[in-house]
Amino acid sequence: MSEKVLMKGNEAIAEAAIQAGCHHYFGYPITPQTEVAAYMAKRMPKIGGTFLQAESEVSAINMVIGVASTGKRVMTSSSSPGVSLKAEGISYLAGCDLPAVVVNVQRGGPGLGGIQPSQSDYFQSTKGGGHGDYRNIVLAPSSVQEMASLTVKAFDLADKYSMVSMILADGTMGQMMEPVSLDVGEVTKYEKPWALTGTKCEREHNIVNSLYLKPEELEIKNFERYEKYKAIEENEVMYEEYLMDDAEVCVVAFGITSRVAKNAINEARANGVKVGMIRPITVWPFPKKVLEAAADKCKAFICVEMSMGQMIEDVELAIRCKKPVYLCNRVGGMIPTPEEVLAKINEVNENGGAF
Amino acid sequence: MSKTCRLLFAGFGGQGILFAGKFLAYKGLIEDKQVSWLPSYGPEMRGGTANCSVIISDEPIGSPIVDAPDVLIAMNLPSLEKYENSVVSGGKIFVDSTLIDKKVERTDVDVYYIPATQMAYDNNIKTLANMIITGKVLKEVESFSLDNVDAALKKVVSARKIELLGVNETAIKSGYDYAE
Amino acid sequence: MSVVFEKPKALTDAVLHYCPGCTHGIIHRLVAEVIDELGIEGDTIGVAPVGCAVMAYNYFTCDFVQAAHGRAPAVATGVKRSDPSKIVFTYQGDGDLAAIGTAETVHAAARRENITVIFVNNAIYGMTGGQMAPTTLPGQVTQTSPYGRDVETVGYPVKVCELLSNVDGAAYLERVAVNNVKNVKNAKKAIKKAFQNQLEGKGFSLIEVVSTCPTNWGMTPEKALEWVDEKMIPYYPLGVYKDIYAEEEAK
Repeated sequence: MSEKVLMKGNEAIAEAAIQAGCHHYFGYPITPQTEVAAYMAKRMPKIGGTFLQAESEVSAINMVIGVASTGKRVMTSSSSPGVSLKAEGISYLAGCDLPAVVVNVQRGGPGLGGIQPSQSDYFQSTKGGGHGDYRNIVLAPSSVQEMASLTVKAFDLADKYSMVSMILADGTMGQMMEPVSLDVGEVTKYEKPWALTGTKCEREHNIVNSLYLKPEELEIKNFERYEKYKAIEENEVMYEEYLMDDAEVCVVAFGITSRVAKNAINEARANGVKVGMIRPITVWPFPKKVLEAAADKCKAFICVEMSMGQMIEDVELAIRCKKPVYLCNRVGGMIPTPEEVLAKINEVNENGGAF
Repeated sequence: MSKTCRLLFAGFGGQGILFAGKFLAYKGLIEDKQVSWLPSYGPEMRGGTANCSVIISDEPIGSPIVDAPDVLIAMNLPSLEKYENSVVSGGKIFVDSTLIDKKVERTDVDVYYIPATQMAYDNNIKTLANMIITGKVLKEVESFSLDNVDAALKKVVSARKIELLGVNETAIKSGYDYAE
Repeated sequence: MSVVFEKPKALTDAVLHYCPGCTHGIIHRLVAEVIDELGIEGDTIGVAPVGCAVMAYNYFTCDFVQAAHGRAPAVATGVKRSDPSKIVFTYQGDGDLAAIGTAETVHAAARRENITVIFVNNAIYGMTGGQMAPTTLPGQVTQTSPYGRDVETVGYPVKVCELLSNVDGAAYLERVAVNNVKNVKNAKKAIKKAFQNQLEGKGFSLIEVVSTCPTNWGMTPEKALEWVDEKMIPYYPLGVYKDIYAEEEAK
């Protein structure tokens, strides 16, 4: 294992991307993710790669489409308002079945919102954001180490399934420093026979396209894509279970709130409360099965989120409403404190299962 | 001292608040501890108030946010006023007494007054009040010591400013040796 | 018997979907002839727009990517940056290039992105059925300017070559037409130069082709060609608007 260095989460994403073979990056400055662009601006010229500050988020994602269509690894990053602008391009990437990595270091919204951390783009990233039927693989890191390792994973999954992988982080994850090892291991290379590399007048031309004027053809395309998504739901779900063996109350949280929740859970455990946590690492595909299984053992669930309650809908669906699910949230850039989460755990532990 | 030390550095932007925190985090990393460093970010970085949360622990760190510090380093009055009451009972507050006239009102915490900014001027290391006060922190917080100061400084002082290693070390030592 | 006229190799056998009298067919052919003459078919990657030319990818034998509306220069930037040895061109209409994609156009030019842009200006939105374009002439009747383009309320047409001539990064800008034999020959020369510039690493070249839309102009193809001379060219004068290398040589 390589030596650990202290790095900001944003920088860890950038370096991990380069290590994963991404030599093309397009971005636009926006707090709190700008360090990704700054890091790329420094590093890319030294490795013969491309860093380009685009004139807009819209252009940046379309430059990503350009590189992706040639079969090379490519990334863009932004924060919430900028990701809204990228939504068009993300839909085109989905429609063209192109692999790319998009990073969202979330901040409070809607509108210009604020610059402090948030998780309120959960719907946007897991349910769509752009038009049409499509999915993104969405990975939610909860440490700087995961900012790096999940970025590497995101490139692998994007290539494996020829689609967009998103890193769904937040301002805290982007700005904090923790020790990180950048030993990314072996990078798998995927064949891309569809890539635009020039025909050399030796093969039929390749076309990267999302237009299907015949509805029968477009329907088939959509069906095929959803077969692929089904395989991803089967094979690529990632989550962490924390003290779930005997848990009666199950906390569900991802990213920064899962770390706050851990403090609260440790405190509650010290007081004899049987509480554990399921932390989705992939928020799409969502870890439905483990949650449904937990519903047979636990009396109640608590979603800790920095949104008005977005992931909670997926939890309720996953457990088929077998048990009550409570929301413990702060929004607008506020972060729940361990005390607030602990109070909710205690309240739910005492009353929550009774219905 | 518990196995986890939560520190909050607070002051003006430009005082090297984030740098001092990063130094301590790196020192912890070198000593095989779990560490996290979280800055305040946004417009306040450009000359307004700045702060950073640093956690050094023997165990995996949950939340990187320090709401209730074991150790508060206050380098201006607004920071002391804002965070004095958040310090845990039995915690420690370090005050740059050159810039803060006010005395700490709490009686359940240990308080150290260091004229760090004045000392920095006197020693002709004007910009290093942050490291002088950090030196005092190394002295007074049980789990800390002068071990690995050099190695940690080498990690945080950028290669372009390598000539500043020595003065940083001097600053830390002078803070460490300061007796009220 | 010798062959005196044949389809360029760079065009596929697909039957063009364009309306009778539409000059897209001529412009496609000119681009294909240039690709043939420069021998670059195997290294060329095209970027198709949204608009009538959306299916250009079916007509050219080179690799092609279809871009979102107005984004072709950004997509082309990505393609070119990925592999600068490829010859990358966009083929865009007036709505695509001069309305929804104005920012992408101007900034690709400002970066002197080493790409070739074929800009087809026929003063109307064709594919959606004849709405007002950024280049619709003052007084011109369209579906969304039924009483004629009123510059008092909707403003003036965008003159792309004139606009870009003030952008330092733009290397070569020429406006041509394809409404008669002489103009077609000039157009081909300009298009060839725009591709050659790219081969020589000279940077952003844009050829604006004043074109027709008989269907949505409500004219016969013949009348449409005349209308180019009568109305379009006076407002959009033909000629070289910028050629930084010729300017340098002249100094």
